[in-house]
Amino acid sequence: MKTNSEKILSIQNVQRFFTDEQTGRSKQVLKDICLDVYRGEFVSILGSSGCGKTTLLRMIAGLDAVSFGGSMELDGAPIHGTDPKRGYVFQQGCLFPWLTVEQNIATGLKVRKVFKRDQNRIQEFIDKIGLTGFEKSFPHQISGGMAQRVSIARALINDPEVLLLDEPMGALDSFTRTDIQNMLLDLRRERNTTMILVTHDIDEALYLSDRIVIMTPRPGRISEVLEIKDDFPRDRGSAHFLELRRNILERFDLARSSPAPEYVI
Amino acid sequence: MIQTILGFAIAFLTNLLFPQIADGVRLKTVLLGNISVDGNTAYRAVLILLIVFYVVKAFRSKWKKDSRSQFRFAVGIALALWDILGTKLRILPQPFFPGPAVIMGAFLEDGPFIWQNTLYSLRLFFAGFSAGVLSGIVTGVLIGWFPKVRYWLTPVLNISGVIPAVAWMPFALTLFPTSFSAATFLIAVCSWFPVATMTAEGVQSTPKSHFEVVRTFGAKGLYQVLHVAIPHSMPQIFTGVTTAAAFSFTTLVMAEMMGQPGGLGYYINTSKVWSAYYKVFAAIIVMAILFSLILKTVGAIQGYVLRWQKGVVR
Repeated sequence: MKTNSEKILSIQNVQRFFTDEQTGRSKQVLKDICLDVYRGEFVSILGSSGCGKTTLLRMIAGLDAVSFGGSMELDGAPIHGTDPKRGYVFQQGCLFPWLTVEQNIATGLKVRKVFKRDQNRIQEFIDKIGLTGFEKSFPHQISGGMAQRVSIARALINDPEVLLLDEPMGALDSFTRTDIQNMLLDLRRERNTTMILVTHDIDEALYLSDRIVIMTPRPGRISEVLEIKDDFPRDRGSAHFLELRRNILERFDLARSSPAPEYVI
Repeated sequence: MIQTILGFAIAFLTNLLFPQIADGVRLKTVLLGNISVDGNTAYRAVLILLIVFYVVKAFRSKWKKDSRSQFRFAVGIALALWDILGTKLRILPQPFFPGPAVIMGAFLEDGPFIWQNTLYSLRLFFAGFSAGVLSGIVTGVLIGWFPKVRYWLTPVLNISGVIPAVAWMPFALTLFPTSFSAATFLIAVCSWFPVATMTAEGVQSTPKSHFEVVRTFGAKGLYQVLHVAIPHSMPQIFTGVTTAAAFSFTTLVMAEMMGQPGGLGYYINTSKVWSAYYKVFAAIIVMAILFSLILKTVGAIQGYVLRWQKGVVR
């Protein structure tokens, strides 16, 4: 691992229950989650839908005001509610349609009342994400990939200690997705921001992560943590990459060549 | 463009060339400086002004096609027919349906008085309308944001919404010190309802994730309302405001007819007493122009505020 070993986020024994509104029965969605994340690290949480990975990420962000078992700490302080220290990039980008690209990026600065001081950084970020010339465009005038870049910049301009990414490339085509993945790697190299990515794309996790946390559903728990030591940028076509990929696929039981299903009529 | 100009030219020529066959048309003559002007001259002057206006407009837009020109042509023909039937032949029942030249006489006779009443109406309209829109937005945001307020206010809003504002007239007149403030209250009440309902709907339909975005930056409730909920509700708010403008205008005229010392409604009422129906028509024309100007203004503000929507919705 190229990162130093300073622990930034510590998740100990987290349990979470949902109550079914109709039956009134309690259902466990997260069970015995233990995870430490180190400064500057890129961690992917990989799992099928419904395994609780987004729930876990939202809990780290402090978005759901709920009680849960176990403890969650950032820099030694328990996580309670939202904080600009924990940036969050939403699945669909969630740009404000009534604000221009630069106004969207400025949102966090305005909320934190540092707009006057940090105003000049907006253009810097716009250039960095490759949207120069689109400052005054409204979200509907730019493509989905551009919008997602803007939402990443909107979170990063607040200099969060950890950036939480909730499947930000999920809705994009594979070319755009690759572009944004490379952008994330660049940003991370430049700024050394700790990033936690929730995804169900094995290639994406392998391409970006220092560690991959594999989660399984019902109840959601961590089944395995894989350390990927390959250097960046990684070659998706290399034999080692494909081997790792096959390795993960096997863990999800997706790699077996199953016999043709029997049809009973 | 040519159609528009042609239409008004036909109306103009009809008035000029069609012989006055029926008797009994009394066109009042007024001295403007040294020139004596009667209804016919004033009517022609207005038509010429319209023609000049559209010729200039056509030159400016380099004779580009105008989607409204067919409609304006029809207006010109209608004016010509109305002139013939109302003034020249007097086939329409008199004095209820005077021709355009006779109505123009009302402006010659009562010009300054009509102007005064128009200003009175405008003042009353804006006092009531702006009070209603502002309180409507505040109520709507409160209803949309606080479930408790929604619980207690929604029924009140629904009940008061279906009652025509004029029904409150007797109470308003006793509760308020002046008839002006009473009418302001009525207009405010009738514009309050649509703005409040639409604002509440807009606030309630704001996606949760929009609030979550600013929450991750540490934004508190007030910021979420002012910078997320209200901007998101702007399209709905403007739908409410447009409806409110129409409601307010109706209430304005009714309130004026029922007891105001001035205003276009008041002018209609006094003219009616003297069977001066051409003056009633004059007031109606002023109201039509006034209301379309109000709608245009609201539309222009809406277009500016919602410029981010261009290209998203039809």
